[in-house]
Amino acid sequence: MKILQVSDVNKRFGGLQALNNVNLEIEEGAVHAIIGPNGAGKSTLLNCFVGRLVPDTGTVMFNGTSLLGIKPHEINQAGVSRVFQTPEIFEEMTLLENIMIPAFAHRDGSFRINAWASVAGDTEIREKAEHILEDVDLIEKKDVIAGSLSRGDKRRLEMAMCLVQDPKLLLLDEPTAGMSRADTNNTIDLLKKIGERRITKIVIEHDMHVVFSLAHKISVLAQGTVIAEGLPDDIKGDPRVQEAYLGGAHL
Amino acid sequence: MNDMASNTRDNLLMVVFTAAVLTMPIWLTPIGAGYPDLLQKFAIFGIFAVGFNILFGLTGYLSFGHAAFLGVGSYTAVWTFKLLGMNAVPAVFMSILFAGIFAAAIGYISLRRAGIYFSILTLAFAQMCYNLAYSVLTPITNGETGLRVLNSDPRIFDRMFPSQDTDGVLLADFFGIELTGYQGFYFCAVLLIIAFYVSLRIFRSPFGMMLKAVKSNQNRMNYTGLNTRPYTLAAFVISGMYAGLAGALLCVTDPLAGAERMQWTASGEVVLMTILGGAGTLLGPILGAALIKYFENIFSAFNEGTLQSFFSFLPESLREITVSVSSLFVGEGWHLTLGVLFMLIVVFLPGGIMEGIRRLIALFGKRGPGDGAEAKKAGALPAAAE
Ligand SMILES: Nc1ncnc2c1ncn2[C@@H]1O[C@H](COP(=O)(O)OP(=O)(O)O)[C@@H](O)[C@H]1O
Ligand SMILES: [Mg+2]
Repeated sequence: MKILQVSDVNKRFGGLQALNNVNLEIEEGAVHAIIGPNGAGKSTLLNCFVGRLVPDTGTVMFNGTSLLGIKPHEINQAGVSRVFQTPEIFEEMTLLENIMIPAFAHRDGSFRINAWASVAGDTEIREKAEHILEDVDLIEKKDVIAGSLSRGDKRRLEMAMCLVQDPKLLLLDEPTAGMSRADTNNTIDLLKKIGERRITKIVIEHDMHVVFSLAHKISVLAQGTVIAEGLPDDIKGDPRVQEAYLGGAHL
Repeated sequence: MNDMASNTRDNLLMVVFTAAVLTMPIWLTPIGAGYPDLLQKFAIFGIFAVGFNILFGLTGYLSFGHAAFLGVGSYTAVWTFKLLGMNAVPAVFMSILFAGIFAAAIGYISLRRAGIYFSILTLAFAQMCYNLAYSVLTPITNGETGLRVLNSDPRIFDRMFPSQDTDGVLLADFFGIELTGYQGFYFCAVLLIIAFYVSLRIFRSPFGMMLKAVKSNQNRMNYTGLNTRPYTLAAFVISGMYAGLAGALLCVTDPLAGAERMQWTASGEVVLMTILGGAGTLLGPILGAALIKYFENIFSAFNEGTLQSFFSFLPESLREITVSVSSLFVGEGWHLTLGVLFMLIVVFLPGGIMEGIRRLIALFGKRGPGDGAEAKKAGALPAAAE
């Protein structure tokens, strides 16, 4: 079954055709990688999935309903979570609070005045949050202020914030960008671990090591156009991909 | 943090706070603040600032128009007196309701913008209310003279249950207890304690956590499935209701409502109180409010004569200079003192008085355990400071 169906999506920024007739189908439960050079339109495409941008033409269907014109918080409530290219977290708050906020949003909906309840007394939410923090190895830092974390830890925190919501579709925009080799490997392990949960994932990634160790299927985007699509082994050998993306170098 | 521990700490804070407020007439006497008129102001403006802090301290939305809700509360209170009678309870209730309705309308429009544009919108709305109260709405507000209760007003309940002295000056009461002097103060004090308790509950609630998240990262909130607008609007309305309560209490202790209560300087004052005490802290706004009202009281009472006698030990020529310079800072000019104080705090203690207290506690903490009273304070304050 297809969880996400993208048909003929176009997006223009002034004179720049950022997305050009993009078609994409994401299989439920799959890890689908989108690769391509800088400025190819990968982030722009994700923006069209989460309500940050509206495509000029084309459709985006999630589980059979259109996502166009739907507000970001509604799209998230429908089951789509996103990790951003630069971490978007609550910098002034503790790690535990950072996880509890999405947990509350998942359980109580997009708006609720539970002004008489107590955060500290909500054991269900807290235990869930602590559990996720254990999964991403951040549990010892749960009372630390998130802004003080390293970049790699921030990314892991943001991933945990998405995971605590049990999303149906998880969008990861360059989850290992700017990370050390060690952090990158940790993140891959984490992604594999959460892969066991059978969450459908779309991963944008530059690191081919990451891509080929995770993805079931790969789409290659260049200058707003999908130039190739297929299984990792097909993509590895595709000359068009090597030309456009790798400048002819061998993988 | 452990649930039990945080609960105990909050309970302790509530007990200490309640005791401190109720005994204010005793422990504020040595510094010359132990009389009902001033104590009432501490309580009333404390409520105003606690409410303002729920909006500004938690969400970071800086309103420059909250005096409008104070004014709406006052006018509603006086009208409730006029129509229903001098009992303070319906007046308080109606004022909170009306201020809430006004806040919902003004907040709904102003919250379409953030940052400086939001501040300007609230300022514009408040000035509009102020000007309306002065001009077009004179039939409701009695314009410049101010609105007061007259003997000829309907006051339905007073007519139904006439009390002994209907011919004297009309004063608000609480089921027969006249709210003047210390009764007036204790009425306000109890409401301050309740208002503080509600604010504490909000701070510790998931709702309060969402408000802090608004201040931290609205983008992340949206992509986390949270609709930020209703949260900010709810905070705006709640803080407007607090302002309405404060406005009502101003009229409970003196049944007269004037438009100047809505002026932008009054809106600015609550901003100063909150920042001075420590925005986003539980106790800070109350301390800020008390400090400003205390200084206003002391410095505005000074005049040339008191300064002359104060500096009488100086030789003639030096005295003249000292008096003329320092007279700029007292009497009508006490706002200059306030400005200097505010500048010093913002520069040296950006977290306000509460940050100062926190630093002191840290200092004492390093020097080893203090005596019993000190430890008790230190236990309660970090909870309030957070
Ligand atoms: N909001 C925007 N306004 C104008 N141009 C944009 C915007 N977002 C992206 N672009 C442009 O669109 C192109 C694709 O960007 P992006 O999707 O971020 O690429 P990448 O594949 O590296 O993620 C780039 O040339 C970028 O400058
Ligand atoms: Mg990108």
